[in-house]
Amino acid sequence: MPKKELETANRPDNTAFTQQRLPAWQPILSAGIVIPGFVLIGLAFIGIGVALFLTSRNITVLEMDYTGVETTSDCYKCSAGTLPNCVCNLYFTLNETFPGTVYFYYGLSNYFQSYRKFGASRDDNQLSGDTYYFTSPLAVCTPYQYDVNNNPIVPCGISANSMFNDTFNLYQLVNGSKTVPLDGRGIAWWSDYNIKFRNPTSDPLRNAFNGTVKPPFWSKPVFELDLTDKSNNGFLNQDFLVWMRRAALPNFRKLYRRITGPDYASGLPPGNYTIEIAYNYPVMSFNGRKKVVLSNVSWMGGKNDFLGVAYLVVGSLCIVMSMVMLIVYAKFKFPDDV
Amino acid sequence: MFVPVRRLLHTLSVTYLHNQKGQSERNDRYVCLMIPFMSHTPSLSGENRLHTKQPNRYFPGNAVKTTKYSLWFFIPMNLYEQFHRFANLYFVGLAVLNFVPAVEAFQPEVAIVPICVMLALTALKDGWEDCRRFRSDRRINHTSCRVYSRKVSGFVERHWKDVRVGDLVEVASNEIIPADLLLLHTSDLNGVCHIETASLDGETNLKRRLVVPGLNTQVRINKGNPLFENKSNCLSFLQLVKNTNVDVLGFGIDSLLPRGCTVRNTDLATGFVVYTGHETKSMMNKNGPQYKRSKLECKMNIDVLFCVILLFSMCLIGALGHYVWLESLPSVPLFLTPGSHGHMDSNPLSGLYMFFTMIILLQIFIPISLYVSIEMVKMGQIFFITNDVDLYEEKTDSRVQCRALNIPEDLGNIHYVFSDKTGTLTENKMVFRRCSVTGTEYSHNENGKSEVVPDRKLLQRVLAGGGDWDGCGGIRRCEATDLYLDFFLALTVCNTVVVSTATTCSLWHQSTSEIDISAQRCYVAESPDEAALVHAAKVYGFMLIARTPNSVKVRLPHGVELNYQVLDTLNFDPHRKRMSVVLRHPISGEIVMYTKGADYTVMELLDFERSQKNVAASTQRHLNWYAKEGLHTLCFAKKVSSDIQENWSLLRQEALAAIDNREELLMETAVNLEKQLTLLGATGIEDRLQECVPDTVMALREAGVRLWVLTGDKAETAINIAHASRLLDQEDLVIHMNTDDKAVCKSILDRSLEEGRRHTRPGYPGLSIGLVIDGHTLDMALQSDLVDRFLELARLCRSVLCCRVTPLQKSTVVKVVRERLKVMTLAVGDGANDVNMIQAADVGIGISGQEGMQAVMASDFSISCFKHMKKLLLVHGHWCNSRLSNMAIYFFYKNVTYVNLLFWYQFFCGFSGTSMIDIWLLIFFNLFFTSTPPIMFGVMDRDVSAETLLGLPELYRTGHESEGYSHFTFWIAMLDAFYQSLVCFFIPYLTYQGTDIDIYTFGSSMNTVSLFNILLHLAIEIKSWTLVHWVTMLGSVALYFTVTLVYSATCISCNPPSDPYWTTQQQMSEPIFYLVCVITTVVALLPRFTYRVLSNTLAPTPLIRARHLERLDPAIREQWIKEWRGFRGGPQGGRSYQKQTQEQEPSRITPTLSITNNHLGTPTRSAVRHHHNVEL
Repeated sequence: MPKKELETANRPDNTAFTQQRLPAWQPILSAGIVIPGFVLIGLAFIGIGVALFLTSRNITVLEMDYTGVETTSDCYKCSAGTLPNCVCNLYFTLNETFPGTVYFYYGLSNYFQSYRKFGASRDDNQLSGDTYYFTSPLAVCTPYQYDVNNNPIVPCGISANSMFNDTFNLYQLVNGSKTVPLDGRGIAWWSDYNIKFRNPTSDPLRNAFNGTVKPPFWSKPVFELDLTDKSNNGFLNQDFLVWMRRAALPNFRKLYRRITGPDYASGLPPGNYTIEIAYNYPVMSFNGRKKVVLSNVSWMGGKNDFLGVAYLVVGSLCIVMSMVMLIVYAKFKFPDDV
Repeated sequence: MFVPVRRLLHTLSVTYLHNQKGQSERNDRYVCLMIPFMSHTPSLSGENRLHTKQPNRYFPGNAVKTTKYSLWFFIPMNLYEQFHRFANLYFVGLAVLNFVPAVEAFQPEVAIVPICVMLALTALKDGWEDCRRFRSDRRINHTSCRVYSRKVSGFVERHWKDVRVGDLVEVASNEIIPADLLLLHTSDLNGVCHIETASLDGETNLKRRLVVPGLNTQVRINKGNPLFENKSNCLSFLQLVKNTNVDVLGFGIDSLLPRGCTVRNTDLATGFVVYTGHETKSMMNKNGPQYKRSKLECKMNIDVLFCVILLFSMCLIGALGHYVWLESLPSVPLFLTPGSHGHMDSNPLSGLYMFFTMIILLQIFIPISLYVSIEMVKMGQIFFITNDVDLYEEKTDSRVQCRALNIPEDLGNIHYVFSDKTGTLTENKMVFRRCSVTGTEYSHNENGKSEVVPDRKLLQRVLAGGGDWDGCGGIRRCEATDLYLDFFLALTVCNTVVVSTATTCSLWHQSTSEIDISAQRCYVAESPDEAALVHAAKVYGFMLIARTPNSVKVRLPHGVELNYQVLDTLNFDPHRKRMSVVLRHPISGEIVMYTKGADYTVMELLDFERSQKNVAASTQRHLNWYAKEGLHTLCFAKKVSSDIQENWSLLRQEALAAIDNREELLMETAVNLEKQLTLLGATGIEDRLQECVPDTVMALREAGVRLWVLTGDKAETAINIAHASRLLDQEDLVIHMNTDDKAVCKSILDRSLEEGRRHTRPGYPGLSIGLVIDGHTLDMALQSDLVDRFLELARLCRSVLCCRVTPLQKSTVVKVVRERLKVMTLAVGDGANDVNMIQAADVGIGISGQEGMQAVMASDFSISCFKHMKKLLLVHGHWCNSRLSNMAIYFFYKNVTYVNLLFWYQFFCGFSGTSMIDIWLLIFFNLFFTSTPPIMFGVMDRDVSAETLLGLPELYRTGHESEGYSHFTFWIAMLDAFYQSLVCFFIPYLTYQGTDIDIYTFGSSMNTVSLFNILLHLAIEIKSWTLVHWVTMLGSVALYFTVTLVYSATCISCNPPSDPYWTTQQQMSEPIFYLVCVITTVVALLPRFTYRVLSNTLAPTPLIRARHLERLDPAIREQWIKEWRGFRGGPQGGRSYQKQTQEQEPSRITPTLSITNNHLGTPTRSAVRHHHNVEL
């Protein structure tokens, strides 16, 4: 009947959606129903906390400052930055085995890789091997875009220019000194080494850099960073890659080497050691500190007690809360609370 | 030949002038008839040849354009429009600031993305709306109509847009009028054309339009000879006008056929186009819904301002921090870059630059998406309101309409409701109930609900008297003596009811027409009480058969049909409050005038010398009695031929033709005639209460809403209705104010205040107070020295009745209450007299009822009956308010939590404006990952079910109190946001400090942590989880991970200096990331969660208690409701629950009277009265 349809043409659809009657789960947060939740979370957190705490305790870390602020330090002589090719030594003794694989880090304090213009001042096109940008680097690299003779700087920018250039050698002092081999392979991110950073395709590598100059702070051009390993040069140099991945916080450490030599793969045996440091990097200009860190790692990364403690505290808090809720529930429950 | 047309407010006067000399002196509109200029052969001589260039060419065409934009300039015009919003300017300013290299925070092109998305979204919405307008314009402009063409010497089809001023247009029955026409000719012999103006003002009754007077007679002479058939006739028409001896013809609105109206009951009408396109009445009246700003938005704007202050202080901290950090460096370290000019900027300058960089970086602290989101949420809310099947009225097939799109949440926050009476509380469907003829009362006790059953005694009396009426012999004698005949004749003819044939009228007059099936006749009346009277007379055998402007045909009880000549009709106007019809008897030739009007206006005009005093006194007694019963009263009177002055008719004609002061002259002639009347009798018409009015009133009262009724009726009628609709209870204290003296008024106020305070003392189980005040006293009470007292008294009162108030007073009352008491007001009404009030209130509701659509046109929401107010306010108002305020608070919280992460990071990057989160992900986070759930939350969350909200109207009060949006909740949310952002930053920080973590890995962990935190925070706030909630929440998480993973897998170096490549993948391969996520979210949300749990259990809000109640068995629930209400105490608490069970009381007004009313029967002056519960 068309007339009837006409009469109710405006009638709204009587569906659960339009009438706001969709079936709904309507939890009411009240003391009764959250007790099991608090107990469960509390127990789980305490469990995780214990595991994290124990794991963290099992990690051995050895941190040694070598900035040379104290006059007693061997590196004091180098800290002024006046001596060229200054070398100093850092001695330490291990009373028990340092289990491992031991990772060798250098650490910097009060160093702001996170400074905005520091991060901006680089040319990713250069770093991906695009030789066009070798001749004309991006303007963001200023003032490390061209040198005074208007030669393009490769790699340009403050990030590359400020690359950390102290080098370390580790010796075990047993019957004279025995070199502990340091393995520098694979310390950078796989994705950086294989995809993001690319060397220009030319053989030998240095040809691609004709007409460019090295960053002013550097002592060697980028294609001669590692004279011992030809493949570890150019933008694919592991140390360079590690440096170019900017640290988030002003106190950071960066992986320098892994100790994987045949005698030391399972750790450093007890004894006396020395680290021979080629001290080049100035940090006094910003009250910075430099340090060497030896550490082994676990599934949760490096040593960090905080997370374990946090889990334990929060877990206990949840248990306490569940007790409080129990009391509240007993006194103020609603008839529908089960 | 020129036709100057002058537009006065509502009348239009056209002057035909013979020469052009008069033109310049009048500020008139000169319209030239187009016919001469349509000719190709310039056959016309003389002055017309001077105008071979079409003289009307300066008038706009008939095409209408309601679109705001044109296709080519859409983008610039829309942008211009959008930049009127301050928020948009702010964000564009920031985006531009980012192009200044010294202060840029991130790549400039990225910074403009959010504002572009916002502008594009709004533009899309505007464009869509404009497109719809364009389509409707095009449809209207291409409608065809018939325009006279000289070339073919007849009417040809043309599009509406091609109609020009001066054209002759022919409109057939049921066709729509294409432009404002001056009616020149109709197919009707009397020169009448009926139109329906529904599209203009919504009124569906037929209006009569007359051919321009003066022309009228001439056209009738020419009737055998169709006027515009050929060229020569056309000329003769022109000649004819010229040759008329009348120099000046005046005419009013009753010769104008306005555009958009429909011609009815008239086969053909021909008119002369005087106004086209945008100059027509309908287009000039068309103005969009006015912009009202909701209270919530006003509060919110203040909080946005607080956000701006917070943002600036944070930026100041950043700038100072940068300066201090630079100062603390002993010399320039390797990681600092000198500027392009080779040396560092000075430290203070760097600090200054950093201030602006910080503003750019932290810009989304001001929630950019808040305004757009709120608009979207309101659209969603309005969708649900209009789709509510409970607010649909089957009888009229109409839903609730939301004409204002931006104030749905105000419905949940109303303190005062101002209501009209007639048509709002009552049905405005009049039923004849009682009558009094020459002093004898006939009670019609057997009347049913809606039909009239004749009173036996009266019927006998009428039939007995009618024995002589069938022949002409007895007529003279009977008419002179038998006032019963006169009474019913007056009922039948003294009105403007049009008789329409059933076949055509049933289609478009479903609501107003009363179809008489047996006689195949329907009466179309301008007001429902006229129809009621005509129907009542029909029951007694007096049937209106036909009406033309000059005659009215009536069938008398014994089947005689008489055709009275109508000499004149003095229409009803609000000043005289009466109408009269002057008739000539077909047989005797006697001239009689019948008058009908409000009792006090008619009573004053009676001729008391004719020993009518007794009749008048008893009739007045009956009238007072009717009024107390809540009946509408009307008085009928007549005047016999000899009294009518002979020259009156001439005076009347002059007045009708006058151009200046026409209205006053007409009024004067009418007043002159309506004198020395003979009283016939009085009628009482019942206006029944609408369905469920008492229930709705009770619910609103329990909801803490104060109800005021503002009516033009008498106090007695109003009080009766108030009792029937539960506005006043029998035991209520009623204060009655009615005085002419201001000093008295003041003393009443003082004494009432004292009395009122005594009854509303806390702890004292006092009475509820009602106040009844009449319009005259109200004027005094609203004067500046008394208004404070009056408002204080009104605040103590639970309901207030204002009687005999004018539309202007209505709006003044609303304005005073709204501004002085700083409360949210709502006005509801159905008639044109409520328009002022509706526009003055914060929320205006129009009821689409019997009295046309003017109230609806002015309103923000329109409903079809009063009972819908209950669900509209209690359910939708509550929902919209709580949803929107929760959503707005959440938006502030969300942005602050997120942006603060960036702020905390500044302490670890030398306050250099670094963002540790990739800038695209940062923008997407706000725009996409976390925007849908809160919008869905704002549209669909449901704290308490509709049934509970309706069953417990007290819950509405929560909107008045803390539950809604307040500055307190805002600051709590801010504190929580700061806490949560601290947790979200520092737990990852403490976990990763001292490690080799890089910036974007660090940032991506924080981003993920924030996502979970922000979404789970919302999860705590969501009250009911439907499928939609689950989908949007889980969808947001899925979208986040998809986009982030894809982005960090593909963006190798796409967005320098940011380096997100493989960070998320790297991050997600480490178990510690998940451990950080879990603990951070738990710690961040623990305080809010615990607070919610504890407050829900220890001090549950009414809403929480109601939610618990919903889960109970119905039986236990009722018991709990009782206990709850008992616990809440208060005089109305205990009672109200039982009221609900007995709400099905008859909505008809029963003739039960309280003593209160007895005292009101006599005019009381300067008296404070209060009466307790005594019933007769």
